[in-house]
Amino acid sequence: MKLSAYVDGIGVLGPGLANWPECAQTLGGERSYATAPTVLAVPAMLPPAERRRTGRVVKLALAVALEATTAAAADLQKLASVFSSSSSDGHICHEICEALAQSSREVSPTRFSNSVHNASAGYWNIGTGSMTESNVLCAFDASFVAGLLESMTQAAVDETSVLLVAYDTEYPPPLHAKRPIPDAFGIALVFSPTQSTRSIAKLEVALTEQSADTLPDAGLEALRRAIPAARGLPLLRLLALGEPGNCVLDYLDVCRAAVGVEPCH
Amino acid sequence: MAPLWLRAYTASSCIGRGIAPTLESLEQHRSGLKPCDFETVDLNTYIGEVNGVDAQRLPPEFKDFDCRNNRLAELALRQDGFLEAAQSAVARWGRKRVGVFIGTSTAGILQTELAFRQRDPSSGALPDDFLYGPTHNTFSVADYVRRRFAVAGPAVVVSSACASSAKVFGSARRMIEAGLIDAALVGGTDSLCLTTLYGFHSLQLSSPLPCRPFDAARDGISIGEAGAFAWLERVPDSLDRDAILLRGVGESSDAYHMSAPHPEGLGARRAMQNALDAAGLASSDIDYINLHGTGTPSNDRSESQAITSLFGPTTPCSSTKGATGHTLGAAGALEAVISALAIIHGLMPGGVHTTKVDSTLTAHYIRENRRAAVATVLSNSFGFGGTNCSLIFGAAG
Repeated sequence: MKLSAYVDGIGVLGPGLANWPECAQTLGGERSYATAPTVLAVPAMLPPAERRRTGRVVKLALAVALEATTAAAADLQKLASVFSSSSSDGHICHEICEALAQSSREVSPTRFSNSVHNASAGYWNIGTGSMTESNVLCAFDASFVAGLLESMTQAAVDETSVLLVAYDTEYPPPLHAKRPIPDAFGIALVFSPTQSTRSIAKLEVALTEQSADTLPDAGLEALRRAIPAARGLPLLRLLALGEPGNCVLDYLDVCRAAVGVEPCH
Repeated sequence: MAPLWLRAYTASSCIGRGIAPTLESLEQHRSGLKPCDFETVDLNTYIGEVNGVDAQRLPPEFKDFDCRNNRLAELALRQDGFLEAAQSAVARWGRKRVGVFIGTSTAGILQTELAFRQRDPSSGALPDDFLYGPTHNTFSVADYVRRRFAVAGPAVVVSSACASSAKVFGSARRMIEAGLIDAALVGGTDSLCLTTLYGFHSLQLSSPLPCRPFDAARDGISIGEAGAFAWLERVPDSLDRDAILLRGVGESSDAYHMSAPHPEGLGARRAMQNALDAAGLASSDIDYINLHGTGTPSNDRSESQAITSLFGPTTPCSSTKGATGHTLGAAGALEAVISALAIIHGLMPGGVHTTKVDSTLTAHYIRENRRAAVATVLSNSFGFGGTNCSLIFGAAG
């Protein structure tokens, strides 16, 4: 059984990758890859009171979501969303665990509300005013394909446009030593069930036991291995090349995702 | 949507480990809440603790997954013959054609809370035996369950705060309908931890008394823990009349606030309407509503407004959280099982602990158990971040 949907918009942000056009040039070989700390901006789409409270996870997720939905000229009031990440905000988690290890145990109420795994989805809905559903997932290192399957099944089964945001940020020490994610990286894709003038490519996905593709560039391959959301880079590379092709994305130990890409232009 | 069959299901909470004691507690209008004595927690509040979680052991090959949350999952899976039913269903469908969808909010974060008390005094490092991935990480409970049943299909945790294990039914439904899998193990497990006990306290959302949903004097939640699971398949050609079907799933977002519900319940209303539309039912077809009903002043008011605007003031509804506590990411799956029991046994469980229903809340809240034919139940689960999910269950006959 193959699932299919059309990609209408792409957003990327990560170490040495400021946006999708830059990432596409890098993945296509027109620009060499040099890693640099991810720069995260304050999300202008949020009201000032909410803006102040957002941590790195929310900034990352909203930035890539906005890039992809702007490129797709998506109707945000009708767009469902899937947010998939290997963890919630690591810095907030650290602060709460540190507070709980002290005798006073004073947890900040704002930090507690922002500690939920679905904080980014909540802020996205507040920022866009959209009351459509958000599905918020975690599959540890497998979170990119988990989000891809959820969003493509939703597009195909419910015949609706869906935003996928796959994103990860780092933990500070001491958790960093146990979960060494080096920096923030996110990918957003807007899926539609039908082809339109906005369509970039048609994707087909199926589960497979083949092993996952690697990337030819050593720096990008290191990124793919280091951050769960970057497991989607082989798919982005095909989209950047603009040629029909297939790739295998890393997922669980027992299965991977085979993705076919057919450009629409 | 095409309905799905709940071939097997089970639930464990503070009112009972498994179906029989859970039903008995509901029939006897009994609560499992007690003054908080969890771990080293010093808070004036009540909790719903599952008996025997600490004593539960995981099979030895899963020792890396050992933490309170996975012990609770194991404990719950062992009730009602669910383990055996799921194992034989995996064998029947084939391990690649089955998916695992589990809801949790905090997974095994208790393990990290404890590890932070044992940091190396000079380096600040966490202890060597602390394992992040199989315990703390949000995915750990789904990872445990998929490995426990040797499932080789998709596996995921849905973590949308207190709507998590209602939303797993939606994710599983889509994947079955897309043909990617034939059957799904869905459920929720959330266990007591300091993050939620102190966190809800910091927001002044936990009650110093056992929670009293819809009471005029309600003043917050009581945190509980639960593990609840169901096995979902397409509806076969013939089924017993009392087989339970998932008939509708409705989801929405409030787009309003991170920790407060929409004051008029617009998001909640939209989720319930979407569930009715998915089931092809009218609001008059719902016999009983199992409320989200947490017992905070704003949550109950918002939900009551949403219900009255859609169902009017006569559809009987109640919250079972006065009995079980608010089991957070496990609440959707726990209350799905309670909905199934309501249908099979013709029991609308009256809300425990509520003594005087708030007269400004117009929904028809029932405090006493009611015996009547219940063909169709709607169950609500809403969460932080403004996430809403409504499920509709019905009898096959």
